[in-house]
Amino acid sequence: MPEPLLQVKDLKVHFPTDDGLVKAVDGVSFTIEQGETLGVVGESGSGKSVTFLTVLGLISKKEARIQGEVLFRGEDLLRAPDDVLKSIRGKSISMIFQDPMTSLHPFYKVGVQIVEAIRAHLDISKGEAMAQAVEMLRRVGISRPEERVRQYPHEFSGGMRQRAMIAMALSLNPDLLIADEPTTALDVTVQAQILDLIDRLKEEFSASVVMITHDLGVVAEHCDDIMVMYAGKPAEYGTRQEVYYDSHHPYTWGLLQSITRIDLPRTERLRPIKGLPPSLIFVPSGCPFHPRCPYVMDVCKVEVPQLVTSNGRHASACHLSLSEKERIFHNDVAVQA
Amino acid sequence: MGRYLIRRFLFGILVLWIVSAITFLIFVKLPAGDPARRVAGRQITAERLQNVRVALGLDKPWYVQYGRFAKGLVPFPGWFLNEQAYFSYANQVPVKEEIFRRLPTTGVLAAGGAAVFLVIGIPIGIVSGIRRRSLADRAGMLFALVGVSAPVFWIAYLLLFLFWAKLGWLPGSSIPPGEGLFESVARGRFILPWITISLTYAAFYARMVRGNLIETMSEDYIRTARAKGLSERRVVFKHGLRAALTPIVTMFGMDLGYLLGGAVITETVFNLPGIGQYAIRSLFTTDFPAVMGVTLFAAIFIVVANLIIDVAYAFLDPRVRYA
Repeated sequence: MPEPLLQVKDLKVHFPTDDGLVKAVDGVSFTIEQGETLGVVGESGSGKSVTFLTVLGLISKKEARIQGEVLFRGEDLLRAPDDVLKSIRGKSISMIFQDPMTSLHPFYKVGVQIVEAIRAHLDISKGEAMAQAVEMLRRVGISRPEERVRQYPHEFSGGMRQRAMIAMALSLNPDLLIADEPTTALDVTVQAQILDLIDRLKEEFSASVVMITHDLGVVAEHCDDIMVMYAGKPAEYGTRQEVYYDSHHPYTWGLLQSITRIDLPRTERLRPIKGLPPSLIFVPSGCPFHPRCPYVMDVCKVEVPQLVTSNGRHASACHLSLSEKERIFHNDVAVQA
Repeated sequence: MGRYLIRRFLFGILVLWIVSAITFLIFVKLPAGDPARRVAGRQITAERLQNVRVALGLDKPWYVQYGRFAKGLVPFPGWFLNEQAYFSYANQVPVKEEIFRRLPTTGVLAAGGAAVFLVIGIPIGIVSGIRRRSLADRAGMLFALVGVSAPVFWIAYLLLFLFWAKLGWLPGSSIPPGEGLFESVARGRFILPWITISLTYAAFYARMVRGNLIETMSEDYIRTARAKGLSERRVVFKHGLRAALTPIVTMFGMDLGYLLGGAVITETVFNLPGIGQYAIRSLFTTDFPAVMGVTLFAAIFIVVANLIIDVAYAFLDPRVRYA
């Protein structure tokens, strides 16, 4: 079996603050194979963004205590020197962000910003880099790219800015593209276009993709594997098929039940997950989800459930027995969801 | 842009008109007693008083009186600060002459002071902003605290005491009669005034640059710049400072315009023959044509500085387009 592209082992990112230690990421492990798309799902504050900002070395070691391993092609990025990290960022691993309105520098032309990214890694002239920038804008579906490179971000619409961000991220043909809620700030129609674009470019550039989102609907169509995160820990991890049609975690069930479905009759109201996401400073004892879990047992309040593999790579962190999980899912959740 | 400029220009005229009206009210109409009596001096006869009254136009209705001063606002040959209205009674010279004679001194003081506070304030702000909570940051912010807290006259006397009286490194106050401006600068007579005038500003600029830079460095586009694989130096200097320093330009234009209107305290302590000193003297001698002249002159500087800044900003921030 070839070496996985990215392997994260027991990653912990803790921020010391005046109010206490914020355990933003608290023991996350996963692997991404070449060409695979991993969906990372969770509520705000579940640690999904911090996990991948840490992978890219964008969380300052002065601000956070970082433990574990982040192996990219076998090299541990957490222990890599700054210049190695710098040469990987934007070249081998690139990232696009949630809000395209604020992710581009307002004072520099779009073309200049893409050229800067290219020339940070390739020793080519500005003219050549600009020609590449134009070509990249064309490939992400921006019309009249020769004129567009000379415009400022505020002259672009939200969807176009995200396209420009994608163009910049893919301009050096990276092995891994991390998309941190790439469509959250966009209109619904534009969302679909951007997701399809990422899908298409993933094939063209044969890149692996991480799709961070809080929308299970997004990962359903576009991901191979799915990791559901809760309070800085993975709650469930498996293939798309497993997580959707054979889910093993009450939190995932809650997420599935709160998706609006247009293909089913509107018989019942949506069932939101009760309560609020936990504080990351005072994480509930035992299973962090237990205060909100409808199937809570005594053991859940005391003992932290481990991520247990049931078959293949499908794993979940829940004290319910496998037979109970399957019974509840198929009787209560699958019917309604 | 053209329409915007015209609008701003008209607005500037409105501001000057309001300033002139208020100044006229405060210094000519509000003071108790007859202005003619204040001007006429000690030897007052009824006839002399009447002569002065006619000379000052005080026998005319208030709107004619104001009109005399307002005419001096119009930048038209023979009108601007015209001698009929703007004639100093304290030393019997046209106000315009006095102002233009003093302008170079104030100009040198303002320009030098501005250069000093930029050179001190901006680097301190940058270092403090990048290395937050470091020793350099704490030292920089202590300087800023002292700078904004210490009164200008106290700084001035402290500097004079140290560098002139005790150490004898630099010349003290006053410019000897007959010495040219270039010679004065060459002899270092402006060094202590420059430091004095710039400390407060340097402190403000250090704080402002630090604050702006810290805010900018947490922007999303800075994260994008880092994610591109740029060096931290480039992230700070190309992406961070570009955004953090732009608002400073606005502040700088305002402050420079303000300084050109005369630095009253610094000019008084160091006995420099500038516009600020003239303003203070005119006030003490209730020389109201001079007070009017100096006030309007300072107001013009500020209005013009504002106009220049607004135009400059359109070139600095591509999002700003005037229509």
